[in-house]
Amino acid sequence: MRYIDEYRDPKIAQALVDRIHAQVTKPWVLMEICGGQTHTLMRYGIDELIGEKVELVHGPGCPVCVTPIEIVDKAVEIASRPGVIFVSYGDMLRVPGTRCDLFRVKAEGGDVRIAYSPMEAVKIAQNNPTRQVVFFGIGFETTAPANAMAVWRARELGLTNFSELVSHVLVPPAIRLLLNSPSNRVQGFIAPGHVCTIMGYWEYKALVDEFHVPIVVGGFEPVDLLEAISMLAAQLEEGRAEVENQYARTVSFEGNRAAQRIVEQVFEVADRKWRGIGAIPMSGLRLRPEFAAFDAEKIFDVEAMEAPEPAECISAQVLQGLKKPVDCPAFGTRCSPERPLGAPMVSTEGACAAYYQYRRHAASLVCVQ
Amino acid sequence: MSALTMSCPIPAVARDHVSLGHGSGGKLSAELMREIFLPAFRNETLERLEDQASFSLGTTRVAMTTDSFVVKPLFFRGGDIGSLAVHGTVNDLAMGGALPLYLSTAFIIEEGFPMETLRRIAASLGRAASACGVQVVTGDTKVVDKGSGDGVFINTTGVGVIADGVNLSASGARPGDAVILSGFIGDHGIAILAEREGLEFDSPVESDSAPLHTLVGEMLQTTRAIRCLRDPTRGGVSSSLNEIAGQSRVGIALDEAAIPVREEVRGACEMLGLDPLYVANEGKLLAIVDAAVADELVAAMRRHPLGRDARRIGIVTESDPGWVTLRTLLGTTRIVDMLAGDQLPRIC
Repeated sequence: MRYIDEYRDPKIAQALVDRIHAQVTKPWVLMEICGGQTHTLMRYGIDELIGEKVELVHGPGCPVCVTPIEIVDKAVEIASRPGVIFVSYGDMLRVPGTRCDLFRVKAEGGDVRIAYSPMEAVKIAQNNPTRQVVFFGIGFETTAPANAMAVWRARELGLTNFSELVSHVLVPPAIRLLLNSPSNRVQGFIAPGHVCTIMGYWEYKALVDEFHVPIVVGGFEPVDLLEAISMLAAQLEEGRAEVENQYARTVSFEGNRAAQRIVEQVFEVADRKWRGIGAIPMSGLRLRPEFAAFDAEKIFDVEAMEAPEPAECISAQVLQGLKKPVDCPAFGTRCSPERPLGAPMVSTEGACAAYYQYRRHAASLVCVQ
Repeated sequence: MSALTMSCPIPAVARDHVSLGHGSGGKLSAELMREIFLPAFRNETLERLEDQASFSLGTTRVAMTTDSFVVKPLFFRGGDIGSLAVHGTVNDLAMGGALPLYLSTAFIIEEGFPMETLRRIAASLGRAASACGVQVVTGDTKVVDKGSGDGVFINTTGVGVIADGVNLSASGARPGDAVILSGFIGDHGIAILAEREGLEFDSPVESDSAPLHTLVGEMLQTTRAIRCLRDPTRGGVSSSLNEIAGQSRVGIALDEAAIPVREEVRGACEMLGLDPLYVANEGKLLAIVDAAVADELVAAMRRHPLGRDARRIGIVTESDPGWVTLRTLLGTTRIVDMLAGDQLPRIC
């Protein structure tokens, strides 16, 4: 398959592994931002291949994992109301809220549907004029244009029964927060290729200059990640700190201007709470006041809902790169994808779930072939 | 700025309701079996947890199995709920090494269901049964209120006979055995998903729904050193192999490069964030066999139309009992876990 096979080619991968081994003279700590990248690293055992000198820690870029518990509670509340059709991306359905998850609402008779695109929710609203259709508009910059477009389209169509429950977050403010933390260990970042496909990578220049930390935009296949690691290692060994683009086959410096425009027209930057992290100033998006008629929080009067997040699991340290999922005493025992204690165990993109799915047995694994 | 204070919520996860995941063939299904049904029905035959029960009536060894079909849409590329209801049950019998003979069918129909559609489904079911050489000898019909069903659900129960000397069991795998797969995986699941989601491919994926009993017949003619057969339906190859690894208390080590997946299925899985190892099949089988006969068996399977793409995909190991592992394309090793519930499409 084109654009896939060449980026999973064992020979190319091995050549990059050899290059990294030759490049690295001292230990470095790198963070991949995106959960999709974490997933690939675990799935292919890339951390094993590159050896111990380069430590990979896993960033907060899993949209499911960072959506705050009160947003899930709001989703549960809205989806439970009679007459509502609640439409969501699939992996949000199993995220536990205070009382329950959206699967439970469905089991109790709520009309909860999975969609691949918010435009499907718009279509559902057109086909069900007597019912309120609510789309769960979450994610990073990657999903923001489609979520914005759905609202835009709903307004064009004059729909009065479509709204979005919005909880969008942005990558650069999260990197800034991590770099500002006194306990930060991360010396180089692999920026998320999908986010940068939309946003470009001009935003990262300021971070590189301010914190003197190299950032390389990376893709999602094994060869992409190995190449990005090699590019970061080269910068670190040479004492450089620049923004570089490994994922040039889709990412440009400016990004997708049309997508950025629709996001700017529908959303505005706002403070956001991140699950497990807390409030980060100007780190998210909310609907602009002129789109208030499409704001599910207002329509269903759930704006004031709050939920405490008890400090029990270690996702805090995992998301900062201070600990690995396997360091958690509940990992694989009291916390598993069937009974997740925290959000990073829910989504396949979550660091805990990636370790659970691919690596929890690593200590006792032997190569048998 | 002070050190980050992060926390993670511990939610109360409700366990007092059945969720869709309980029907996925993954861990939640196994839990339902273990906690609800086994304690209620406990007996030696059931406790073997095979895909079919086997017992003796006089001197004849009989296999019996039942399966319910709730597929949506009712008609899909490569089959429909009628033919699937035959193939599913015939295959569960075949995986026990049985020759399928008789079927029962029960239709649960929603009030208002179009008679013409019912006629098409019944005709398809009848044709599939004839093609398999089985007879539908009894049945039942129930009609439920509008809104209490989803068009039509079909249950089929099958009975067959097991030849002397055939003894297949998910607990029969031994270290050193070979793992054989009969062909490309994921076709059925992706065909259904494509219909359901309106996905279009350059060359559309067809369900692989097919009866496997003649392929199994050929295999048993070739060798009796087959330990276990499974058809990897819901939950896919991963669930079937995890069950075998668990019940046989062995490890199973797969080679990623050896597992055949069609380009279209791979493409759909990449796009939807699914792993083909967890996608359903309705016309494929996994065989655990003595390694000494594996090549001969693969050659015999390849002579059968439903085994044309058969190949070895891994070995049974003494190490890592209960685990299925995969040697990745890059030469590293990872777990192939049994999923908790259904695979969920990712956000991005």
